[in-house]
Amino acid sequence: MKGLFDKTFWGLTIGLIALLILNFFLADWLRGIGLQSIARGMVALGLLVLWRTGLISFGHALFFGFGAYAAALLQRIGINDFFVILIVGTAASGLLAYGLGFLLRQYRAIYFALLNLAFSMILWGVLANLEVLGSTDGIGVRPPSYLGIELEGEANQMVLFALAIIFTYLVAVATNLYLRSTLGYMTMAVRENEIRVEYLGYSAERAIHMKYIISGLVAGFGGVVMAFAVGHVDPDSMAYWPISGDFVFITILSGSGNVAAPLIGAMVYELIRSYAFEYAPQVWQLIMGGSLLLIIMFLPDGLWSLTERFKRDKA
Amino acid sequence: MDLQLLAVILVDGLVYASYLFMVAVGLTVIFGVQKVLNVTHGAFYAYGAYLAAQMIGLYYGAEWPAYGGFVIIVLSAAFLGVVFAFLIERGLLKYLYHRDEHIIVLATFAAFLMLEDIQILIWGMNPYLAFQPLAELGTSEIAELTFDNYSLSMIALSFIIAFGLWYGLNRTMWGKMLLAVIYDRELSQAMGINVTAVFLGTFMIGAFLGALGGAYIAPTISVQPGIGVEVIVLAFAVVVIGGMGSIPGALIGAVMVGIARAAAVHMLPEVELFVIYAIMATVLVFRPQGLFAPVQARKI
Repeated sequence: MKGLFDKTFWGLTIGLIALLILNFFLADWLRGIGLQSIARGMVALGLLVLWRTGLISFGHALFFGFGAYAAALLQRIGINDFFVILIVGTAASGLLAYGLGFLLRQYRAIYFALLNLAFSMILWGVLANLEVLGSTDGIGVRPPSYLGIELEGEANQMVLFALAIIFTYLVAVATNLYLRSTLGYMTMAVRENEIRVEYLGYSAERAIHMKYIISGLVAGFGGVVMAFAVGHVDPDSMAYWPISGDFVFITILSGSGNVAAPLIGAMVYELIRSYAFEYAPQVWQLIMGGSLLLIIMFLPDGLWSLTERFKRDKA
Repeated sequence: MDLQLLAVILVDGLVYASYLFMVAVGLTVIFGVQKVLNVTHGAFYAYGAYLAAQMIGLYYGAEWPAYGGFVIIVLSAAFLGVVFAFLIERGLLKYLYHRDEHIIVLATFAAFLMLEDIQILIWGMNPYLAFQPLAELGTSEIAELTFDNYSLSMIALSFIIAFGLWYGLNRTMWGKMLLAVIYDRELSQAMGINVTAVFLGTFMIGAFLGALGGAYIAPTISVQPGIGVEVIVLAFAVVVIGGMGSIPGALIGAVMVGIARAAAVHMLPEVELFVIYAIMATVLVFRPQGLFAPVQARKI
């Protein structure tokens, strides 16, 4: 377990404790924003893992929507426990990623991105067409029970938020460990020179497959959290292509420097979005697009690069 | 399967294919030259539809000769082509050509989001209807079924566009220059080709074609917010199926998708929404470079 306790680990731990304490004082709407940023941040974390190899998926709404619909369907067949739903929903997305990974690991660059897009649009089409899944109207999601305990209203939100933060913390720590392992570093080598990696005796395809599964798992996790956060799943807000676009948006906005980056980036994204939507509903997309363009132009390595800039200035 | 159904599928499919071709061919032209998968193309289409619908409304309100509506459609698209080329190519992409291709796609996605809102600011949320050119051309009967001539004229227009592009690329000086730039940008610059102008020119043509697709379809649909989001991913599918950067590919891709969709609509409506993406995925799986990918010149 070399290097579990690095700076990132302590940073994440402090963040976890701070958020757990804050949870008691937060207003309900802020908790809602928090939950949604966790959901989107998780998918962005998965995309970060892929982005480290230089791959971007324009279709991760596939796993996000899959997780969200898994949650809604589990409730429909009578399973309402948060933990069971979270684990099954996440695992289902992971399994889907495992299967598709055999195919996608052979693709690079824009083809990887586009094949993902194609798969996510197939899911969207299926969901929008199936009457049993509520077609374009989607299905409602009730507040879950927690090991048999039913909660309503604010208490439910509070517990949901606390659990979401704890699980996110665990996922982030595990991802950090992975990225700092030999396998994690190797994928950066894949980005730099794939042929050389193969000559060294590693399989680039297997490394990418691994990343794809991880990204599918965390995206499914994000989907489950999102389903409970908004209490409703429908194809247009869970699996349509602009949703995938938003995930890529957060990934690039955040930068790939650290596992904490997408989580913070998602929070920034969610705050800009909520405020823009609240105060300028006519032009909120204009504000989102404008901020993204500014980041691409002037902060090519994302928000996280600000911390490195800060360090450099101090030195 | 009876013949009437077959005829319906064929005609419907070709009409839909020509609509897809008009939108997708602009996307593929821009990708072929700039190597940019341009998400703002959806906005070119939507703006084309809006501007044409508005202008047609004004034109027919003034009671000028009826055929002028078609001139209006082309003029609106040409105007937008020039505006967007300067706005997107000169104003944005110019600064990004050296960046990672994914970042460029994301930048055009950001620009697309902005254009979506600007579109609502200009034209509002209410749908526009511009049926006059459609009514003007009347209808005709094929296999005892009525089709409007306007839709059929889209098939003709697509062939004109396809022929025009083929001629321009293969039989003119300008086309030769363009091919040189596609193969080797630096070398053609060294030979005295003004690459900046070529880039701007092709983008203008691509944007014009995108806007023309929207402008020409405008009389047959209700022009409202969200049409751009829908069309761009369809155009992506067509371009991927045919091979990115290939004009014959866009034509074949559009025909395949058009017929498949028409068949689905009439025979198996449950699969209508995703049959296109299923074809896209299948093509990517078995022939990732698309059915008609242009041959890549290898650089040492």
